[in-house]
Amino acid sequence: MIDFGPLWLTAELALITTVILLVISIPLCYWLAYSKFKFKAAAEAIVSLPLVLPPSVLGFYLLVAFSPENAFGKFLEQYFDVRLVFTFEGLIISSVLYSLPFMVHPIQAGLKNLPVSLKEAAFTLGKSKFTTLTKILLPNIKSSVLTGIVLSFAHTIGEFGVVLMVGGSIPNETKVVSIAIYDEVTAMNYHTANVYAGILFCFSFLILLVVYIVNNSFSNTNPLNK
Amino acid sequence: MIKFYAYKNLQTSEGKLPMDVSFQLKKGDFLSIYGHSGAGKTTILRILAGLTGSEKSLIEIENEMWDNSNKKIHLSVQKRAIGFVFQDFALFPNLTVKENLTFALQKGDNKAIVDELLELMEIQGLQNSKPQNLSGGQKQRIALARAIVRKPKILLLDEPLSALDDEMRFKLQDYILKIHRYYQLTTILVSHHLPEIFKLSDQVIVLEKGKIKKQGTPSSIFSAEKISSKFKLTGEIIAIEKSDVVYIVSVLSGNNIVKVIATSEEIKDLKIGAKVMVASKAFNPIIQKIS
Repeated sequence: MIDFGPLWLTAELALITTVILLVISIPLCYWLAYSKFKFKAAAEAIVSLPLVLPPSVLGFYLLVAFSPENAFGKFLEQYFDVRLVFTFEGLIISSVLYSLPFMVHPIQAGLKNLPVSLKEAAFTLGKSKFTTLTKILLPNIKSSVLTGIVLSFAHTIGEFGVVLMVGGSIPNETKVVSIAIYDEVTAMNYHTANVYAGILFCFSFLILLVVYIVNNSFSNTNPLNK
Repeated sequence: MIKFYAYKNLQTSEGKLPMDVSFQLKKGDFLSIYGHSGAGKTTILRILAGLTGSEKSLIEIENEMWDNSNKKIHLSVQKRAIGFVFQDFALFPNLTVKENLTFALQKGDNKAIVDELLELMEIQGLQNSKPQNLSGGQKQRIALARAIVRKPKILLLDEPLSALDDEMRFKLQDYILKIHRYYQLTTILVSHHLPEIFKLSDQVIVLEKGKIKKQGTPSSIFSAEKISSKFKLTGEIIAIEKSDVVYIVSVLSGNNIVKVIATSEEIKDLKIGAKVMVASKAFNPIIQKIS
């Protein structure tokens, strides 16, 4: 009998990660798209870092940082009673960092491609930055936001290295599907590994298919592409 | 009374250019700012709107201080009662025409002004369309209407008609005048189209490399003083042809091409593309109704 625990855990992790990413990325993207801050390039480089770093490198540093042996981990444990090593919470934080560029890049590009005059026009009509963002800017970059959501969700599902480093393989706590596949293969349970892998494969394909279908229909109706 | 002063270092293709401009306007005036591109015309509007900062500034609108660099006063864009019409219209593509207008309402505003403007600009029939399906002239009227919803103290028009053909231009100039008079606005128009300036404005500023070169009424600025004409029109030279001992100069004025004879002496200062005034003194024009 196949254990569905890893599948649910993966879905839960991906969902929570995506929601957190959406909330933090929108203001971050607004800042990255419009700020004239001198060291913005450095901020952009940091956001993009997970794209080029081997997941094991990021995972290693997070493991070191979260460890109660070290200052940050100790601080969290002493003052908040939170432990991030080998826990689900630790996985969420690692996933957020790891998938950050997948949410930020599409939204930032979407905002940059909008004519600046849209934002300025809303300002001259007396509207705050928040109203301008929610009523004007975001509704005009729906397809970018959707791309960001789906890519971060899918990317979180496909994580392996970071999860392995920070979370290990504790059933119902940190054992996500990608780890489960690895475990089953090392235990020579090819059938189970095959089922997990098959589910992941089909799911990933379906999710990307939906994105492309939806985005094509958006761009057909998108006024800015005319 | 509107007082404007600003000093700003502009970044142009020819390097740094210090802009130093000051002028005053009375309530209800229609001012045009004329000049070559890169002279700083749009920057003046943007500083006035609070969209662009400046090194030194003093902007006072009807006894309200919007900018005072000495006293470190700088009112945010949102708090300035302005109407700004952008060159690219900047209509919100996700909203219908009517929603574009209602978006501009402030808390507690009477919604009646939206319907009034839709009617005044003759765009009621379009109110449920999305702006991207409309023509340039229609978009322009919507942008103009949207800028008025807030009942601004000052209306700023940044070359609003430059993307339109001459016929449409002509019609929209009438709409601009209508709105300017109906709501008793103080209006500043950036334009490099002489006929437009003559038709609309009662004040002109000629801007050259960030400085005011001339200021006054359109006819005092663009007409040479030595001519006291009974009939005159302005236009642009599109062709100069030699015919026997004289030259025939074709001048484009509005939609019409006027051919004028010039001597080789007169032709010296003229070249294709030059803005000219054609005037005639002793002559009796015939006026006929055409529609």
